[in-house]
Amino acid sequence: MNYPDDLKYTREHEWVRKNDDGTATVGITEFAQSELGDVVFVEVDTIGQTLAKDEVFGTVEAVKTVSDLFMPVSGELSELNSAIEENPELVNEDPYGEGWMVKIALSNPSEFDELMNADDYQKIIS
Amino acid sequence: MPFIPNTEEDQRLMLETIGTKSIEDLYSNIPEDVRFRGDLNLPPALSEWEALREITKISNKNISTDTHSCFIGGGAYDHFIPSGIASLLGRSEFYTAYTPYQGEVSQGTLQSMYEFQSMICELTGMDISNASMYDAGSGLAEAVLMACTVTRRKKVVIAGKVHPNYLDIVRTYAHGQEIEIIQTDPVGGTANLDKLEEIADEEVAAVIFQNPNFYGNLEEVHEISRITKAINKTLLVSVVDPISLGLIVEPSAYDADIVVGEAQGMGIGLQFGGPYCGIFATKKSLVRKLPGRLSGITIDADGKEAFVLTLQTREQHIRRDKATSNICTNQGLMALASTIYMALLGKQGIREVAEQSAQKAHYLAQEISNLNGYSLRFDKPFFKEFVVNTPKEPGFIIEALYDKGFLAGLDLSRFDDEGLMIAVTEKRSKTEMDELVSVLAAL
Repeated sequence: MNYPDDLKYTREHEWVRKNDDGTATVGITEFAQSELGDVVFVEVDTIGQTLAKDEVFGTVEAVKTVSDLFMPVSGELSELNSAIEENPELVNEDPYGEGWMVKIALSNPSEFDELMNADDYQKIIS
Repeated sequence: MPFIPNTEEDQRLMLETIGTKSIEDLYSNIPEDVRFRGDLNLPPALSEWEALREITKISNKNISTDTHSCFIGGGAYDHFIPSGIASLLGRSEFYTAYTPYQGEVSQGTLQSMYEFQSMICELTGMDISNASMYDAGSGLAEAVLMACTVTRRKKVVIAGKVHPNYLDIVRTYAHGQEIEIIQTDPVGGTANLDKLEEIADEEVAAVIFQNPNFYGNLEEVHEISRITKAINKTLLVSVVDPISLGLIVEPSAYDADIVVGEAQGMGIGLQFGGPYCGIFATKKSLVRKLPGRLSGITIDADGKEAFVLTLQTREQHIRRDKATSNICTNQGLMALASTIYMALLGKQGIREVAEQSAQKAHYLAQEISNLNGYSLRFDKPFFKEFVVNTPKEPGFIIEALYDKGFLAGLDLSRFDDEGLMIAVTEKRSKTEMDELVSVLAAL
């Protein structure tokens, strides 16, 4: 499985990409999507809210299971990927690209640096 | 549990295994002075036939809708139940109250659920119906929880007169969740719209009303809707009598968000207050917050139509503590009775039941209000039920009419209220109603 080196990772199987505009893009990892199976719905009703690191910001629903989505870093949820509302299978097909979930305006950028790199993440899932 | 008799040999073996000599030894630690010696004061044992005859004799003292003309309503109605329902319901393929957890092996059960849901959607005009709740009261309680989840608010407002028993159930459910329930008292038998407008604000998860309300009166549904919809996100919850929807406005027409109701009147006997069957319908946009089971239609691997339990990730066997509800069962058999009822009557039949009930109720209301000392308590449009002021205590009248072959109505003093509430279904004939009126006149 693929775990790009330019991303950071969490124990809850989310990946985080730091953008130039002070936001971070968040999605779930290839491991997470393969464990869940076919994703049928992503529910995020916290857009516009400011949440702390580790708080639940939504749920990802597969055919036979549901998982919470946790804030990898603190900040305001600024955007939901509208493409996955219509086509949740993008989360399975392209988890690091078109299947991204939300953007967060970081309130504490140093939290980003504390996240795991690709090597460390692969150790916890192997 | 099967009845398994013990032979003397069985008993001897059991006693030997546990190391006692006699059954009497098992009671040896009960002090002698608290033990009963002698014969119990019981009649001699009866044979099966003698027992049946005795029980029948006792049960013949019951008065019921078979022996009396029933004018009692209050949420449970004596509508006619076609005989076809009982014969289909008793078939072994259907005869269980439960939907199976691996439901897809029971395609017939899932199909009947799907048809129930489809017909409830047609009756209410809503997008989605679940496969039923326990009864209207539990349905309303679930609607309160759902509205609080959807809006993330902890307060609901009751507009007008909702059935007091339903509200008891709501309070039970809401207690542990710390949901505040605000009752606005009705004026003249319907919701106090000024009061509603005054207290309904952005802290309110849902405005709840019943139509026809507990008294049988029709609420100003469009006004209640207008007041509710003026508040950001607040949901409109409507409690309905499904039979009434053959005649009066469907909840989708006034933009109800959640519709609950009691399906007892559709093919389910009065049966001492239960089991009944709750209706729960909502909008498609709220389907992921829906409680209960949902049957869906799909195409199987061979391209054939098939039924599946749908959106199960809402339910507790998957979502555990985050489930939308802890009701994952339903009143499958009762829902089936209502399904068969709706299918047998069809749109036209349900409309006729509603029309006849309403017209007969209005005839009787008119006749009773012409009697000396009697008057209608409310001056509001009503469906098939109405409250009358009586010259004597309602309890006295009801008692006195048992001997005349009538179940005259519901004494509202049992709900800390006043008046005699009378319900009329399509089963009541003009002769029965005229007799009731003359008996009341002679009282």
